[in-house]
Amino acid sequence: MSDVTELEAPGGSIGVYTRPKANTGWRDWITTVDHKKIGILYGATAMFFFVIGGIEALLIRLQLATPDGTVLGAETYNRVFTMHGVTMVFLVIMPLAAAFANYLLPLQIGARDVAFPRMNALSFWVFLAGGLFLNMSWIVGDAPDGGWFAYAPNTGMIFSPGKGMDYYAIGLQITGIASLVSAMNLIVTVLNMRAPGMTLFKMPVFTWMILVVQFLLLFAVPVITVALFLLLFDRNFGANFFNPEMGADPLLWQHLFWIFGHPEVYILILPSFGIISEVIPTFSRKPLFGYPFMVFSGIAIGFMGWGVWAHHMFVSGIGPISVAAFSVSTMFIAVPTGVKILNWLATMWGGRIRFNTPMLFASGVVSMFTIGGLSGVTHSVAPADTQQTDTYYIVAHFHYVIFGGALLGIFAGFYFWWPKVFGHLLDEKWGKWNFWLMIVGFNMTFGPMHILGLQGMSRRIASYSPGFGFEFWNMFASIGAFIIALGVAVFLINVIISARRARTAPPVGLDPWDARGPEWFTPNPTPVHNFDSEIQIDSLDEFWHRKYGEDEDGRVVRVATAEEVCQDGSATDIHLPSPSYWPVVLAAGLPFIGFGLMYTLWFCVLGGALVLMGIYGWIFEPVDDPDGPHGHGHHADEPTEDVPPEDSVDDEPLETAEEAPVG
Amino acid sequence: MADTAAVSHGHGTGTGLSDNKLLMWVFLGSECLLFGGLISTYLIYRSRFADGPAPGDIFDIPFTSVSSFVLLMSSLTMVLALSALQRGDIRNNRIWLLTTALLGSLFIGGQVYEFTTFVREGLGYTTSPFSSAFFTLTGFHGVHVSLGILMLMSLLISSLRGTLTKERSETVEIVGLYWHFVDVVWIFIFTVIYLVPSPTS
Repeated sequence: MSDVTELEAPGGSIGVYTRPKANTGWRDWITTVDHKKIGILYGATAMFFFVIGGIEALLIRLQLATPDGTVLGAETYNRVFTMHGVTMVFLVIMPLAAAFANYLLPLQIGARDVAFPRMNALSFWVFLAGGLFLNMSWIVGDAPDGGWFAYAPNTGMIFSPGKGMDYYAIGLQITGIASLVSAMNLIVTVLNMRAPGMTLFKMPVFTWMILVVQFLLLFAVPVITVALFLLLFDRNFGANFFNPEMGADPLLWQHLFWIFGHPEVYILILPSFGIISEVIPTFSRKPLFGYPFMVFSGIAIGFMGWGVWAHHMFVSGIGPISVAAFSVSTMFIAVPTGVKILNWLATMWGGRIRFNTPMLFASGVVSMFTIGGLSGVTHSVAPADTQQTDTYYIVAHFHYVIFGGALLGIFAGFYFWWPKVFGHLLDEKWGKWNFWLMIVGFNMTFGPMHILGLQGMSRRIASYSPGFGFEFWNMFASIGAFIIALGVAVFLINVIISARRARTAPPVGLDPWDARGPEWFTPNPTPVHNFDSEIQIDSLDEFWHRKYGEDEDGRVVRVATAEEVCQDGSATDIHLPSPSYWPVVLAAGLPFIGFGLMYTLWFCVLGGALVLMGIYGWIFEPVDDPDGPHGHGHHADEPTEDVPPEDSVDDEPLETAEEAPVG
Repeated sequence: MADTAAVSHGHGTGTGLSDNKLLMWVFLGSECLLFGGLISTYLIYRSRFADGPAPGDIFDIPFTSVSSFVLLMSSLTMVLALSALQRGDIRNNRIWLLTTALLGSLFIGGQVYEFTTFVREGLGYTTSPFSSAFFTLTGFHGVHVSLGILMLMSLLISSLRGTLTKERSETVEIVGLYWHFVDVVWIFIFTVIYLVPSPTS
């Protein structure tokens, strides 16, 4: 920070710390601070982990396809289902939502980038470091085996003596830093950097839902941070937080975990709600029904999500008053969710619906999430839940909301925004195969689990004996799982063939879906500088309102083509934040600190050195590359939008980012 | 640089706060839940001291009151540091920044003394759920104070190099936000741990 004066000197020397300049190739991807590239990095990384988590799921289903399965031993089975859960929650759904948030949020609010571009890069690299660290446990042969919820005391040193739960605790601590940094960054971005005229209630619903999610992350992540610290201290320093022999409370972990864990459920689902709230109006050719209700129900879910955590603990002996209170609050939280489902249906009602692939996936969310929501309400009835706890009925429920809700919504987003990101559409025919295979496979896999659960089949068991009537539906579910895998394979094939075809096909055009949101003001794919000039927002669905008006009879008529409305992306001389080496250096240090805590403190020295190097590089890095593209004349017009406030990043935001691991 | 200064003082942002300041507020919001979790854990465990010393037996309330007073006074000197810089009074700004850092260090010194005394009296980190919760909560707070001292020293170095000027007083203000937050958290911790009557063995 003390270098600022020197740097401001025109043409002044900037010493050894130059900023990277690459705009292409792998260097560009390592050093980029562009929110769009970071979004793509998030998406690609999450899809990689999705394949790993999917393979784990298939192993589980192979093991359970027949009674007395012998594919996996009991010990391996525990590791596989634990890592399947951890991977899908923390390394797939959350980063996929982050991918959409990163790419779209600045575009939807009409901004040049996020508020702190380097911190944004840091979030991604820290997430990647955490994900690799967690999966490193497979390589050393000691993957976590205590479930994604990691109930202590079961995960303490006595019952889980290996390194597995240390990998879990440190790995999630690292991904937690990524989530926290990203949440702070995006909150500041949305609150401070909206285009002129865009009041909070002219923001697209996707941006709203992402904002709610960032607040949930902001307040939920520190709670699991505390829980993970306590577990680490118990395991490594002999603390007594989860040691009942010394009088510790065996429910403490469950409370801390679920105070984080239930908001986490909404962290997973709300981005998907946001996505389909953009997709459904577009393909129904109607404005979203009840926009304020949509926003307020999202906020209500965000608030109420904090008051239902103990419904995960109905059978843990928390007492009848607690059970009754949490039972009622859980029933209540179905209300705002129901409002959303009603509004999506009312949006479709009477619309001239086009069932393109994004709309198919969005309809999938509405129907499948409703099933999952209803089975969720059955859990809120505590006596019924007592029967369902730890059975496959629960597994069925949360896959209907997380797969049927969150993941299908993310696929809707893939198909909808693919042209925005890559400049070409995904193939519709392959897309429909993708959808139908996934939805059929999904219902075959998880539908029968309701039945298995009510028949009494327990979760988390490595095998079951023949003769309980579990055979048929288990085989059925396993076949379904492979159909899902086929659907995912079709998606990946679609990505490849669509990219190949795009090389020769004509460009996609400016407005392939007749869309509504401000992100479509930019050409496809989005140019590196996003907007040529600031956009003025006068209404919700500004883009649509500029294309359509009313004639004398009050009928909606087209008044402008997309070509007339969109910017052409030709602006040059726009000042953009320079890339930086330091986020990746800083992030690379964290896993080494983790290894150091587990094996030998020498690794901590190495990791600490990398982190320090990252911090110092970050601080002393020139605020901008003097040789890079400059457009200072441009600044004067649009101070807020144009200058990524990175210029004024000094100690505090950095210390802030750095503090997260410590406290 | 004028345009950047405009941004850093929050003109034309959605909230009227600069991005950096809003970031600190948002971060402090998150910190509330961190300390909330730790304080709750302590409250659950304050009477679970196993065979070790009970909180009521071991706390030296007059001593901790003095060190708490020291920490609270450092909030006053932090305000004086900011107000000096806002008037362009670089010299007093440096004096009060240094005083704040010294008061913070004095508090940390008191905590180190308290911890060593407790350990000598038989309250180790692994003695009981109470001891683990006590050391973890106060330790986390101590780490926060220490990081604050590092920030203050960074400001001081920056000032000595001549770059901490009146125009950049917001940087001091943001560090001040953090510092006051850490003090306010201590008021809660001090009340919960020391002032609320503690169980004795």
